[in-house]
Amino acid sequence: MSIVVENATKQFGEFVALDDVSLEVPDGSLTALLGPSGSGKSTLLRLIAGLEAPDAGRILIRGTDATAVPVQERGVGFVFQHYAAFKHMTVYENVAFGLRIQKRDKKQVSSRVHELLDLVHLEGLAGRYPSQLSGGQRQRMALARALAVEPNVLLLDEPFGALDAQVRKELRSWLRRLHDEVHVTTIFVTHDQEEAMEVAEQIAVMNKGQVEQAGSPRQLYEHPETEFVMGFIGAVNRIGALFVRPHDVEILARPEPGTEEAMIERIVHLGFEVRVEFILGDGDQLWAQVTRSDCEQLELMEGQIVYVRPGQAKVFQPPADPSISANPTTEELQAA
Amino acid sequence: MSARARLGKYGLRTFALGYLALLLLIPVGMIFARTFQDGVGPVWDAITSADGLHAFQMTLLMVAIAVPLNTIFGIGCALLLVRTRFRGKALLNALIDLPFAVSPVVIGLSLILVYGATGWFGGWLTDNGIQIIFSWPGMALATIFVSLPFVVREVVPVLQEIGDEQEQAAKTLGANAWQTFRRVTLPAIRWGVAYGVVLSTARALGEFGAVSVVSGKITGQTETLPLFVSREFHNFNIVGAYAAALVLAVMALATLLAMNVSKRKEATT
Repeated sequence: MSIVVENATKQFGEFVALDDVSLEVPDGSLTALLGPSGSGKSTLLRLIAGLEAPDAGRILIRGTDATAVPVQERGVGFVFQHYAAFKHMTVYENVAFGLRIQKRDKKQVSSRVHELLDLVHLEGLAGRYPSQLSGGQRQRMALARALAVEPNVLLLDEPFGALDAQVRKELRSWLRRLHDEVHVTTIFVTHDQEEAMEVAEQIAVMNKGQVEQAGSPRQLYEHPETEFVMGFIGAVNRIGALFVRPHDVEILARPEPGTEEAMIERIVHLGFEVRVEFILGDGDQLWAQVTRSDCEQLELMEGQIVYVRPGQAKVFQPPADPSISANPTTEELQAA
Repeated sequence: MSARARLGKYGLRTFALGYLALLLLIPVGMIFARTFQDGVGPVWDAITSADGLHAFQMTLLMVAIAVPLNTIFGIGCALLLVRTRFRGKALLNALIDLPFAVSPVVIGLSLILVYGATGWFGGWLTDNGIQIIFSWPGMALATIFVSLPFVVREVVPVLQEIGDEQEQAAKTLGANAWQTFRRVTLPAIRWGVAYGVVLSTARALGEFGAVSVVSGKITGQTETLPLFVSREFHNFNIVGAYAAALVLAVMALATLLAMNVSKRKEATT
């Protein structure tokens, strides 16, 4: 394990940012900390970096206890949401900063900086100032700056949060490819589940200062252990105690065992995917995600009465004591 | 543009320029005119008189002591106010503005109460042969006091605006506290510092009230340029007074100009 967090707790005044969090990050992996704002994901990242100190708990980096090691000596590369570019320095000087602090000789600095600028596709812009770069370019510069000192761990705090949607998508796949090239253990914070699913090998879902569940994107999607994880990763319907993914809702023309009568309230065409919204007999609402061809084949129309069957439904047992919300046992129900 | 809007625009300009002219440009211009009304000779004699030269040196000494100290204190204090949390921060913040609020004469009198022969430390100071009041150390104290807030007040908003992410980034890249300050914080706040230094310098050059009280106004010993100007004026030595006033005005203008030039240079890079 490259990074191990053991029972970390952090409070800011009355607010509990992290509540007894433990996490293991394998060597060379690309891990996402995913959660809504205020869930503690950024605090956890800053704790690993040494920018904050935990009130209790330990942080191990490559097997040694780093809890008391100051940020300068942890060997972490940190990338901030708003780039934190040194505005009075050129792109070259920004990337060279860490190497110059280490007092490397000029030739070495120059070759390393150019190697990194090449890696992040900023070769021609070495002499520019950050104010002359676009947001995406600034973030790539920040990444090159963090990688220059060959950190043990690369930490990214909402790295694409300040960029517009198009640039964001490009940088996501670029980060994925970069990680395959550089292989440095990487943790990034995001509140965007699609981003986490697309980029990360491992995701830790955080909520209210705790890690709800950690695992591969597929594991989390297919076997969520808590209601929160199921709701946060992918869309979900709730019918009483049942949780059903919209693509697991079957639509039938005739009643069959396990079906419920429903009226189609609205049909929304979203290109390949069609969103069908129902009202059930008891007034509950439900929606299904079907393909365009399925929708045409069933000849669905608004106002029509159909029969729906929730497949792959899940029931989560509520935690006995809300203050101890360990992973609740999960029961998977196959709808009969 | 409508006639009304044009009137508004030019009216406002005329008002702003007229106001400045009445209060600033005409009086300062008058100094130039009156100083040279008998030619350059008397002016040169007044400036290069023994007392005039001494006053000039005293003023430079005050600036040389007060401005660097205020700069160091100002930057440190601004960092303390913006980057840290501690008890009594609001009190410190309020105290820094005290020199703005208190009349310089009162500042001078209070320094006498503390450091004068009958003051708090007076006995101890006399026993050890240290003279503060009626001597240059007291004048330096007064000058430091009156020009204290400028650097702090210019640097605080700049520090707030740049935030601390750049500093954190420098730390993750291995920079210690001094390296972070020297290579990241100081370059980022340099214009705030420069502006504070200019204002401090201008204030230190022109200080009259507090220095006048603690100096004892001993000609050729504890007389700065503003004191010299005042004395010459009261002695009806008009040319001497105006000549020294001119030197003061030129020094102040030079400080302001130096800043504008370097700022413009910065903008083009």
